[in-house]
Amino acid sequence: MAEVLVVVEAGVKKVTLELLTIARGLGSPSAVVFGEADAGKLAEYGAEKIYVADGDDVEGYLVAPKATVLADLVREKQPAAVLLASTQEGKEIAGRLAVKLDNGLLTDAVAVDADGTATQAIFAGSATVKSKVTRGLPIVTIRPNSVTPSSSPAAGAVEQLTVAVSEADKLAKVVERVAEKKGSRPELTEASVVVSGGRGVASADNFKLVEELADLLGGAVGASRAAVDSGFYPHQFQVGQTGKTVSPQLYVALGISGAIQHRAGMQTSKTIVAVNKDPEAPIFELADYGVVGDLFKVVPQAADEIRKRK
Amino acid sequence: MNIVVLVKQVPDSGASRALGAGDFTVERASANNVINEMDEYAIEEALKIKEAHGGEVTILTMGPATASEAIRKALSMGPDKAVHVQDDTLHGSCAVTTSKVLAAALGTLNADLVLCGAESTDGRVQVMPHMLAERLGIAALTGARKLTVDGSQLTAERQTDEGYEVVTAATPAIVSVWDTINEPRYPSFKGIMAAKKKPVQTLALADLGVSAGEVGVAGSTSQVLEFAQRPERTAGQKVTDSGDGGAQLVAYLASEKFV
Repeated sequence: MAEVLVVVEAGVKKVTLELLTIARGLGSPSAVVFGEADAGKLAEYGAEKIYVADGDDVEGYLVAPKATVLADLVREKQPAAVLLASTQEGKEIAGRLAVKLDNGLLTDAVAVDADGTATQAIFAGSATVKSKVTRGLPIVTIRPNSVTPSSSPAAGAVEQLTVAVSEADKLAKVVERVAEKKGSRPELTEASVVVSGGRGVASADNFKLVEELADLLGGAVGASRAAVDSGFYPHQFQVGQTGKTVSPQLYVALGISGAIQHRAGMQTSKTIVAVNKDPEAPIFELADYGVVGDLFKVVPQAADEIRKRK
Repeated sequence: MNIVVLVKQVPDSGASRALGAGDFTVERASANNVINEMDEYAIEEALKIKEAHGGEVTILTMGPATASEAIRKALSMGPDKAVHVQDDTLHGSCAVTTSKVLAAALGTLNADLVLCGAESTDGRVQVMPHMLAERLGIAALTGARKLTVDGSQLTAERQTDEGYEVVTAATPAIVSVWDTINEPRYPSFKGIMAAKKKPVQTLALADLGVSAGEVGVAGSTSQVLEFAQRPERTAGQKVTDSGDGGAQLVAYLASEKFV
């Protein structure tokens, strides 16, 4: 059975396990790790092989060295497909790889058939297409939360790769990596519960309320563009057209009117719940359950109620 | 500094969008076509750099004849001139083939710095800057929320899920920007009038040394097989808080096993 290369996001995120789960339907999964990763976890979810490329030449520069390592691996192993996470960096690696191999690529897939045909959610989740790569092998980036990862123990044989990158791969240097606040919350795009605040939250300080509910539900915190533009919450947590696309089991919208640009980032969520004081807010048109009311009364009461039930 | 800004005309993301029934390419004829919002931030950044360091700002667009509207809008903000790659054979080109055409066009422009939006609102694919960097052999600093120019040295803060990365490169380079980087200026009346007289050079595929067989639907590296609008979500239950809204909300969450 042909290998399927699965590019591992640093630290083995949940999406990696989802990619391995999908890869098993296409061939024999081989994880490609840049830097450090938990080999045991990769093997548990089906990685027969684990290729490791590390060192300053890979980790000290932006994207390009990873694409070079991957292109070499594709030429050598002739895999059936290459799967990456549909994150900024995952897509960027895929883009460079496609140019290097003069190969097609598909981004933002939510499913991949055994023959490499991908299902993609497009136009902000308002439409679905099926597409396939017509030149070369399928290079597909897959959205987090597209499948439920399942374990399937495999050999997980580790193979260290020799890294041979060119000077052209080292033009964009990473000088510093700075972590900003997230705490112990799950990653926004990977979380099964997302609690988001909008303009109605009214201040950065009030976002504590959003964070509190998110923590009680074990979820991530998101924010609408209005809230981000007002400086209530950092941009990397923005959900919508110019931010992240999320597809959790539960999306809770607090003080968010539901402009089309926001819906673009969350309308494929399984269940949507909204609290807004305006009964005409468009968010209620897509909410499975809506509470018309003052979020500063409704949310603390909900938080207390959850604590009581725990 | 010779700066080129990539601009794309896209269907308005605030309206309903579709793929055409024939070849499953983006329906543009019936759409309200606008300049890609994120590109305005790239133009603003280019103008700021020009104001601080001197130079020239050129808009580069690939698109059908209607894309000239997006070019005029871009020019009305202040750039000096534009290049419009326009050729009927380009219709339906995938990202890989588009990058081939844009790289060839950039090859004629001798840019020190290429700026673009981090993504377009239609495809949201985010691959173009790295594809172009790969083809041109220049640096790509992508997803910038801050950009500093010091002579030929560029330093950017690249936004990541965890926070940000400080990344550096020397020119020539391509930099993509998020909408957190600046606040784009509104075109002035004077700017709108001046834009009508600014030079726009039109390039056909033959001018770029790319053959028709390499582009368009036939030359693309991927193909759309099926297209379907997703059924609209429908409104569920809506209650008005009369003192127990929070408790009712949790009761619903519990019934759905989220609590």
